[in-house]
Amino acid sequence: MTDTANTFIASKIECRNVDVFYADKQAIFDVSFNIPDRSVTALIGPSGCGKSTFLRCLNRMNDTIDIARVEGTIMMDGADINASAVDAVLLRSRVGMVFQKPNPFPKSIYDNVAYGARIHGLAATKPALDEIVETSLRRAGLWAEVKDRLTAPGTSLSGGQQQRLCIARAIAIGPEVILMDEPCSALDPIATAKIEELIDELRQRFCIVMVTHSMQQAARVSQRTAFFNEGRLIEIGDTETIFTNPHDQQTQDYITGRFG
Amino acid sequence: MMQQHIVSAFTSELEQLSANLLRMGGLAEAMIKDAGRAVVSRDAELAQSVIDRDHEMDRLEQACEREAVRILALRQPMASDLRNVIGSIKLADALERIGDLARNIAVRSIAVGDSDNRAALRGVERMGQAVSRQLQVALDAYARRDAVAALAVVHQDDDIDSHYNALLRAMLVYMVEDPEQLDTRSNFLFIVKNLERIGDHCTNIAKVVHFIATGQPVANDYSKISAAPNKDAPNNEDA
Amino acid sequence: MTDLIPDTAPNSPFASETALKRLKKRHAAERRFKRYGQLAIALALAALLIVTISIATQASSALTRHEISFDLTLDRAIIAPQGAGETAEITSNISGFNTLIQTNLRETFPITQTDSIRRRELYSLVTRLAVLPMAQTVAKTPNLIGTRQTFTAALSDDLDLYLKGGLTDRRTITAGEAGRLSLTEDGTYTLTDAGVDAFPNLRAAIDQMRAETPSAIIRLGDTWYSLNALSGAAMQLTYLAGNAPRLGEQKNQPIKAVVHAQSEINRTITDRQIAWTLILQEQGRIDRRWNTSLIFNADSTYPELAGAAAAIIGSILTMVVTALFALPIGVLAAVYLEEFAPKNRLTAIIEVNINNLAAVPSIIFGLLGAAVFINVFGMPRSIPLVGGMVLALLVLPTIIIASRAALSSVPPSIRTAALGIGASKTQTVFHHVVPLAAPGILTGAIIAMARALGETAPLLLIGMVAFINQVPSHPSDEATVLPVLIYKWFSGAERAWEPMTAMVIILLLVFLVIMNLTAVILRRRFEKRW
Repeated sequence: MTDTANTFIASKIECRNVDVFYADKQAIFDVSFNIPDRSVTALIGPSGCGKSTFLRCLNRMNDTIDIARVEGTIMMDGADINASAVDAVLLRSRVGMVFQKPNPFPKSIYDNVAYGARIHGLAATKPALDEIVETSLRRAGLWAEVKDRLTAPGTSLSGGQQQRLCIARAIAIGPEVILMDEPCSALDPIATAKIEELIDELRQRFCIVMVTHSMQQAARVSQRTAFFNEGRLIEIGDTETIFTNPHDQQTQDYITGRFG
Repeated sequence: MMQQHIVSAFTSELEQLSANLLRMGGLAEAMIKDAGRAVVSRDAELAQSVIDRDHEMDRLEQACEREAVRILALRQPMASDLRNVIGSIKLADALERIGDLARNIAVRSIAVGDSDNRAALRGVERMGQAVSRQLQVALDAYARRDAVAALAVVHQDDDIDSHYNALLRAMLVYMVEDPEQLDTRSNFLFIVKNLERIGDHCTNIAKVVHFIATGQPVANDYSKISAAPNKDAPNNEDA
Repeated sequence: MTDLIPDTAPNSPFASETALKRLKKRHAAERRFKRYGQLAIALALAALLIVTISIATQASSALTRHEISFDLTLDRAIIAPQGAGETAEITSNISGFNTLIQTNLRETFPITQTDSIRRRELYSLVTRLAVLPMAQTVAKTPNLIGTRQTFTAALSDDLDLYLKGGLTDRRTITAGEAGRLSLTEDGTYTLTDAGVDAFPNLRAAIDQMRAETPSAIIRLGDTWYSLNALSGAAMQLTYLAGNAPRLGEQKNQPIKAVVHAQSEINRTITDRQIAWTLILQEQGRIDRRWNTSLIFNADSTYPELAGAAAAIIGSILTMVVTALFALPIGVLAAVYLEEFAPKNRLTAIIEVNINNLAAVPSIIFGLLGAAVFINVFGMPRSIPLVGGMVLALLVLPTIIIASRAALSSVPPSIRTAALGIGASKTQTVFHHVVPLAAPGILTGAIIAMARALGETAPLLLIGMVAFINQVPSHPSDEATVLPVLIYKWFSGAERAWEPMTAMVIILLLVFLVIMNLTAVILRRRFEKRW
């Protein structure tokens, strides 16, 4: 594994020798790398290479799959997130997730955003909750479009708006890390561009890890790119280097479209 | 060479670009050789054919540029492919200028008239052949994307330079010999200078080939500036 | 549509010959299939209509009943010998009130004191317990004692049915215009037709009913006779009731006859009782009233006094008990099995068993209830508590299966979204999955409850067949349920039970419709929110 590492930005997440097993089948082999804070790290690779599986390790969503087993160390701010003392539910209030297909709750727009804040007790009064909802929707670039219909169901929005609603929902709980699993793959180019613009703004406050199938998107949006293949991390480096002069032949072949 | 692209049209477009460049290269090589011979044999027809071939060179350069822009827009090439395409634009440019310089030599060969300085003429011919060989090696390195061979060309630039220095001194003596022939004999200066410039372009071609192959530029060697007090700085890019 | 394809271009790309033939066949097949569907729907609707109409027509006669009004002086000595304040004593003083009724009847239809048969005939116009409502009224308002009031009492069930035309076929005709009445030596009368034709209508009417055992009663003026024989132009009559017969020419009096399909021997009511009833009706003392007792009275051995109140309340109580046991247990079990339980052999076995239990015959659950609740736990029989628990066991598998299906149809993206937000498993399930599954769970619950409402066999086995003549007020009071009541009434001997059974069937159906409507409304409300 080649790592043209930029060691000057502080690492938010550090992974060491991470293995993931589904029953007897190993899906992730000995992955180690650092994810810097306040930047976007893109995970690219062919289908089935394990990038989504790895992403799910970062907020322990693999715990919900009975046959999944995670080994190795994943440290966030220096603390092992897989330690038995760490509550997965609490972890997920610090690490938000946005999914490939927008999945707003079948509630009103307001309730969608407020739900997370409510269950984590982030607002003591209604005005405080209102403020959280408004701030999150503003940060997600959705406020202007929905401020007059906060009671409309979340599912009445267009695809791109729904995805921004999901992002607002994730931001509302005040996470430090946002994980995105192919957030734009179900959207049209204009909605995609809006989300990418949003990601550009968000990365100034959050650590963002994004799985994407589109290399062009990874190239546009991320600062660091990691290339996975068949469960292994092949190369990680600055996005510019990876896409102009990657070190590993496999990386080269993948991004020029010679395999996978 | 490299593995094929999954989309085969992409591969064939890149191959087409390469082929065009190599055609330009072959044309340039021939133009240099023929221009040199025209100077020595004072063959006016040969000189004219060199001059005519420059049109073909210009056309090929525009075609290469167009193809390169098209690939950039439609295929979004990455990494090695991207370096390949960007490099191709620079190579086309360099080869087109080589063509211009060869044409210039051919023009001056007619103006040179009847000259009986055998030594000078032989020197010109030899330098022409050396430069042409340099171009050939550089183009071979491009065809094979061979960084080592390209690097060899860059370092061989020194030989061309010493050739040039010797020839220049000989030409100066030749011109001073007969002040009445100064007009015609001064053409030799330009011929030799053009040959030296062609050599510089070949070096540039080799550097581009190195970049295409490795992604790294060739380190500039400024040591030569202090080594040759009576000359222009050999690595000037003002050609 | 073959119309759209131009005939003039048979070889155009869409209209080649083989393509056209295939098209025709396909259209024909589609039409046939549509017809089959329409036929099926028509058959189903027809069956539904037949059932509904037949039950409704049967039940309609139970909607009303005939009541006789009595002007009574409420003699304190008779009805409240222990004092006007003794409410319970007054209410149970059936004999006292009956004495008043019987006295009143004797005043209307004088009968010699010694003729006990005839007196019994007269008194049976009104059932003994029919005085209960008036007794309750007097007990509640004791200041009526000593005054003269008008009360009504229900006509006996057979006479009520007779008047509704249900007991026996009858036809009322004009037998003739005039005649002459004479007394014969054995106490009967002879009526001869003044005209020549010798009572043709009567003959024709009797002839029409010759397949059975026709008989007739004759009315002259205010007097009723029974027809013994009809020969030639003369009728042999026996006096039944009414004013004393006037012999001689019956001037300006059309001779009315009521012809019955059954003779007196084949009936449960005598001609005399019929005559008395018709006289009372003519006097305006018989009213046809809404049969509220059908709903508000408890069961009784007398059809005219019987009501479904106990069964209605019993059904409601049983349903409440069933709901309280089955719904929480069923829904929560489904939530656990679907969301929380690990998927291993044990849970697979449990699932198979639940599916099988849903198909077990309901009477087995009755056996289970009898064995466990009544024998082992020693709970009393025939109470809604036990009945409800038995039914709860019966419908539990259905609820679990339906709820599991509803829960598993919630898309997993909702769960992952909730988990990703940092909701715990419990919060995810109860805040998101269950509300989304609510319509399906509700449907399953209502289907289960509707099934429980109509179950008879298991309740019979735990003893809810007992005759309950008091309306229960508590799940541990003895009760019965509507299906069991239907079963019991249907087996009753008197013919009056038939329309009443039909009425209760309709009641049961109304119950079911209400439950289903509730489910539909609740579903709509849940679905609209999302």
